[in-house]
Amino acid sequence: MPATDPVVAARPDQSPDLRSLEAGLDALGRRSARRRIPVLRRCLRSALPPLVGGLSVLAVWQLAVWAQLKPAYVLPAPTDVARTLADQWQQGHITGAVWTSLRRGVLGFVVSVVVATPLGLAVARLRPLRAALAPVLSGLQGLPSVAWVPAAIIWFGLSDAAIYFVVLLGAVPSITNGLVAGLDQVPPLHRRVGQVLGARGLIAARWVLLPAALPSYLAGLKQGWAFAWRSLMAAELITFSPKLGLGLGQLLDTGRQLSDMSLVVTAILVIFFVGIGVDRLVFAPIERRVLRRRGLLAGA
Amino acid sequence: MTFLDLDAPATPVVAPAAVRLRQVSKRYGGPAAPTVLDDVSLDVAAGEFVCLLGASGCGKSTLLSLVARLEPVTAGSIDVVGGRAALMFQESALFPWLSAGQNVELALRLRGVPRRERRGEADRLLALVRLEGVGRARVHELSGGMRQRVAIARALAQERPVLLMDEPFGALDAITRDVLHEELIRLWQEVGLTVVFVTHNVREAVRLAQRVVLLSSRPGRVAQEYAVSIPHPRRIEAPEVAALAVTITDRLREEISRHAGD
Repeated sequence: MPATDPVVAARPDQSPDLRSLEAGLDALGRRSARRRIPVLRRCLRSALPPLVGGLSVLAVWQLAVWAQLKPAYVLPAPTDVARTLADQWQQGHITGAVWTSLRRGVLGFVVSVVVATPLGLAVARLRPLRAALAPVLSGLQGLPSVAWVPAAIIWFGLSDAAIYFVVLLGAVPSITNGLVAGLDQVPPLHRRVGQVLGARGLIAARWVLLPAALPSYLAGLKQGWAFAWRSLMAAELITFSPKLGLGLGQLLDTGRQLSDMSLVVTAILVIFFVGIGVDRLVFAPIERRVLRRRGLLAGA
Repeated sequence: MTFLDLDAPATPVVAPAAVRLRQVSKRYGGPAAPTVLDDVSLDVAAGEFVCLLGASGCGKSTLLSLVARLEPVTAGSIDVVGGRAALMFQESALFPWLSAGQNVELALRLRGVPRRERRGEADRLLALVRLEGVGRARVHELSGGMRQRVAIARALAQERPVLLMDEPFGALDAITRDVLHEELIRLWQEVGLTVVFVTHNVREAVRLAQRVVLLSSRPGRVAQEYAVSIPHPRRIEAPEVAALAVTITDRLREEISRHAGD
């Protein structure tokens, strides 16, 4: 650094009250830190509305049963479903199916992330690749992945490979598009700051672009999981083979084959709750944390 | 008027130039495109505080981008001592995914400061802008003035001899801006920076600078230079500041009026 101008440096700080003025301004201007809500109250506050919603659905269902709108083998009572659930649980069918499906879902999702992330980076960075692939990816995202099941079975037979193929085609476009959108939306000012600080190429990607794109990437991951789970169910429902482990989709199809509506509803409920569970227990906390750190979370 | 000497060269340049612009021109697009900056030559001495002043469209922000090497010049040359300059924007442009302290530490990391020294150095820089104990705060928890001080700390972390500032206090309220003016002058004196400060606020320019460079608009050219010899501490309300501001404002109005028929 150049030497300080001696004439200037000799002059002492002539406004000792600057420090207190500044401290006062800082105290007034600083946003008060987030108020911590007690854990119990927070749980209650977030759990109560969906609980009320669920109970309402249950009530309407029970009313429909009492009104005998349909015969019991078409519209089982909630109690029938509860009994089936308990039976299946005791026989270990439910836990087995949940584990089989979750293992497939998680593995398929992880592979999707590994494929989609570099793909998203490349599509966002390389203009010709984007021109070629962006419409394909949007199209794939809109295509119900169940449409791939027949092709998967013809190519891979009734195998795990067929299932994973369908899951991948379900999840990869969402994750890729989320990352591309996130990178596109990095504020130009942040890019310029990165440049000024001397970050280029991969360094800029690591310290500026990827962190800036994280919220959108997370949204893509979340949607990717939802698509992976859906695709998995579609695939399991159709690829029924004794060679394959029994997943939730296969449990659902068993119910259809036995014309056991209670079992069908049971399987649907389990699929529903596993999907929601992963979203709430895995993705929601991460997302909340990321958004809160950036001050993007309203009211919390 | 004792503080204004129109005809003499604005500052007797004794110290070596920290920033040297030679016949710099800038156009976006081909030769037919409008010229943003036309034949700008300017020397900023080491340790000098220069304000670039002009109406909108005078290319003052473009000029800073060129000096910061964010964009290439169309013609001419720019030399900056130390190779590159630090640059601050009107918005703090702190990264919201990092805490205040981590923002400063990132600049240190990108400068190649070893990990174990970063935390202490970031704390020192935050203390320098009088933000002790704010290192862990999230960016969104800070007021606009605090954010700009963190941004100053981050710019200082780059350890460039030259600090470019692009209307850094334009979005702040008057009192906060006043405090930051004082803070900036204190830092400039303590650290011995060379500052090139862009503003459209004439009084701000006179309040801060040793030399005010008035740019004309479309194309941007150096219209006039003013030496400001009012001793620090200055106040923006001081009659000497106001008097010089009137003179410069008149000249600025004259420049702007030339575009009435555009």
